[in-house]
Amino acid sequence: MTDRPSRPGGLNRRKFLYGATATTALAASSNLFAPAIRAQEAVTLRYLGTAVNQSAEIAAKVKEDLGIVIEYIPVTTDEVTRRVVTQPNTFDLVDIEYMSLKNVVPTGNLKGMDTSKIKESDNITTLFTEGTIDGKAVGDQGTAPKKVIWLPGEEAKDFADEPTGFMSLIPTVYNADTLGIRPDLIGRPIESWSELLNPEFKGKASILNIPSIGIMDAALVVEALGKHQYADKGNMTREEIDLTVDTLIEAKRAGQFRALWQDFNESVNLMASGEVVIQSMWSPAVTAVRTQGIDCVYQPLKEGYRAWAAGFGLPSTAEGKKLDAAYDFINWFLSGWAGAFLNRQGYYSAVLSTAKENMEPYEWAYWMEGKPAEQDIMSPSGQLLAKAGTTRDGGSYQERLGAISCWNAVMDENVYMVRKWNEFVAS
Amino acid sequence: MTTTEQATGGARAPTAGGRAHTALVTPDSDAASAHGVKRRKSLLDQPYALASPLILVMAFFFVGPLILTIIVSFWEYTQYSIEPAVVTTNYSDVFYGCVAKLPDLCVTFKTYLSTLKFCFIVWAVTLLLGFTLAWFIVFEVKKTSTQIALFLICTIPFWTSNVIRMMAWIPLLGRNGLVNQTLMSLGIVSEPQEWLLYSDFAVILAFIHLYTMFMMVPIVNSMLRIDPEIMEAARDAGAGIWTIALSVIAPLCRPGIVIGSIFVITIVMGDYITVGVMGGQQIASVGKTIQVQMQYLQFPIAAANAVVLLGAVLMIIFAMTRLVDVRREL
Repeated sequence: MTDRPSRPGGLNRRKFLYGATATTALAASSNLFAPAIRAQEAVTLRYLGTAVNQSAEIAAKVKEDLGIVIEYIPVTTDEVTRRVVTQPNTFDLVDIEYMSLKNVVPTGNLKGMDTSKIKESDNITTLFTEGTIDGKAVGDQGTAPKKVIWLPGEEAKDFADEPTGFMSLIPTVYNADTLGIRPDLIGRPIESWSELLNPEFKGKASILNIPSIGIMDAALVVEALGKHQYADKGNMTREEIDLTVDTLIEAKRAGQFRALWQDFNESVNLMASGEVVIQSMWSPAVTAVRTQGIDCVYQPLKEGYRAWAAGFGLPSTAEGKKLDAAYDFINWFLSGWAGAFLNRQGYYSAVLSTAKENMEPYEWAYWMEGKPAEQDIMSPSGQLLAKAGTTRDGGSYQERLGAISCWNAVMDENVYMVRKWNEFVAS
Repeated sequence: MTTTEQATGGARAPTAGGRAHTALVTPDSDAASAHGVKRRKSLLDQPYALASPLILVMAFFFVGPLILTIIVSFWEYTQYSIEPAVVTTNYSDVFYGCVAKLPDLCVTFKTYLSTLKFCFIVWAVTLLLGFTLAWFIVFEVKKTSTQIALFLICTIPFWTSNVIRMMAWIPLLGRNGLVNQTLMSLGIVSEPQEWLLYSDFAVILAFIHLYTMFMMVPIVNSMLRIDPEIMEAARDAGAGIWTIALSVIAPLCRPGIVIGSIFVITIVMGDYITVGVMGGQQIASVGKTIQVQMQYLQFPIAAANAVVLLGAVLMIIFAMTRLVDVRREL
């Protein structure tokens, strides 16, 4: 399980309904049974984000622990950015991807987060603060969090290169994406991104039709094919964009792609129905295919992963009780319960030490150390995710995240890239 | 359709309105005096006053946003901001490379060409189907209750969302789908037919499935107004079924056909969901281009694209209304 579903269809909406129901139920019950000692009325935080972290369980737990009511506003990845840019007054807390920051921070609609108010700020994984894992640097092409995590001050409109006391976002979840394959239909090992355009899979391949992410996958393929080495896959020149998209156009004209996909469910259907045997995919989609009893692998590749990360931000207008509550909530989020909850879904939490305290040793060994499961692995909602004896795709935390090649990004030549991508779709 | 009918009906026969206001009676109103009742001149006798609620609604929800769209299409934008300005770069971006690349088609022309192709095919097929179905319901079914029942049956698919109706085709048409399995087990083909799904064929099939109704309903409406005796007269005069259909019924159904065509063509021009789902996201459509630009906060160029699309649709509708005076025919 990884990544965010892109649209509020299916999965998102269901989670939204759970969330909404749970929140309403809680709100209702709290009015009925509110202990007399709770003098102040509960603070409600409007939580804008994709459905990744918006679980009813988290809302219920935070209500129990802090008395804060979380009101989820689940929207798509693009809509999160659009809301922050155009309507910053409609939320109290935003869960947004680091790649969007280049579009959001210059508007001044986000408040720098004071790290002195974040208890675990020193324990946030160095992947975010320094771009390293166990002291080793990982790939930082694209919008790597370390490039955009520091702000010069609370009201900054640009980024700081050095650590300061202010963070743009406090990281929540992150993961590394790769190709999904149908081993039963391919019947041989797949090791490289270049296989996506291998004519052997003509008419049976697919790629993500979200330009900024799809072009990164395409760039990994171009590099794997040995056609070009990018200085930064996440920030291409016009020539590089032309080269990358033209490679895709050539493949499309030769009939390589069965379809392109754009939402989570589409990718699941393509894979499960056997229309496609290899495609860029998100981890929860792979899990969804597997739960239908169909063999599907989230295949680690030698060129590495395309990573993404999200974090909590505050609107610049946040103040008073709401601001305090937001900091309380974020501190709570980093204190372990939520981290363990995310780790058990296959995402990674920002503060590993506290998450570990909240997980069983066998769970930690499976999810984080890449060891075979000692017992059956269950999702937080109690579904069987992996049988005893199996290991996680991609191995341990260090193996997987240490192999990051680039990060989801928004390019300087974004407008040109989108135009060129439309050409690919129209070709 | 019904509303249009009522609206025009009302305008044509002021009696209905006049009678309703006889309570306000007083001297000199044409409509009123026609009834031999005297009434005071009322605000409601002013046609513009009567139309004002609709004008206001249209101004607020249609004309206003449209003007805003046109204004925004001249603005400048960056990745995170939109600046009021008057630049035409958005429009030149829409047609980027269109002249330089000739005789090759640029992305925009290609997209419009593919959209127009869908429009034409879907229009032709839905017209044929809609006309035939309408004919059956109106002329072949004798009992009114059966007519109504059949008509309602046609609407049943509309009880679910059109995305679901589209999706329903996918397991049928897929590589391992029902159609391919049947074809292969019957020995008609030896390999799964890939053109069935994620292809122009799939898109057109879905469009026809979704929109034939929009063509059929206005035609039924027109046909119901035709006096069946005309058909008898034609038959007595020696006309065959084709002559009756093409020379008698079709011209009398012209308003229905034009209205149905406007529905179908405007929907197909702007559609990007059907093209996306059934075409495997591999077929370009103008709507899709606009949506992608909106995703990346490129509102001005999206607005420019929308204005161009609107212009194209308006031209088509204008051409069709030249063929028939819809208002008069109603």
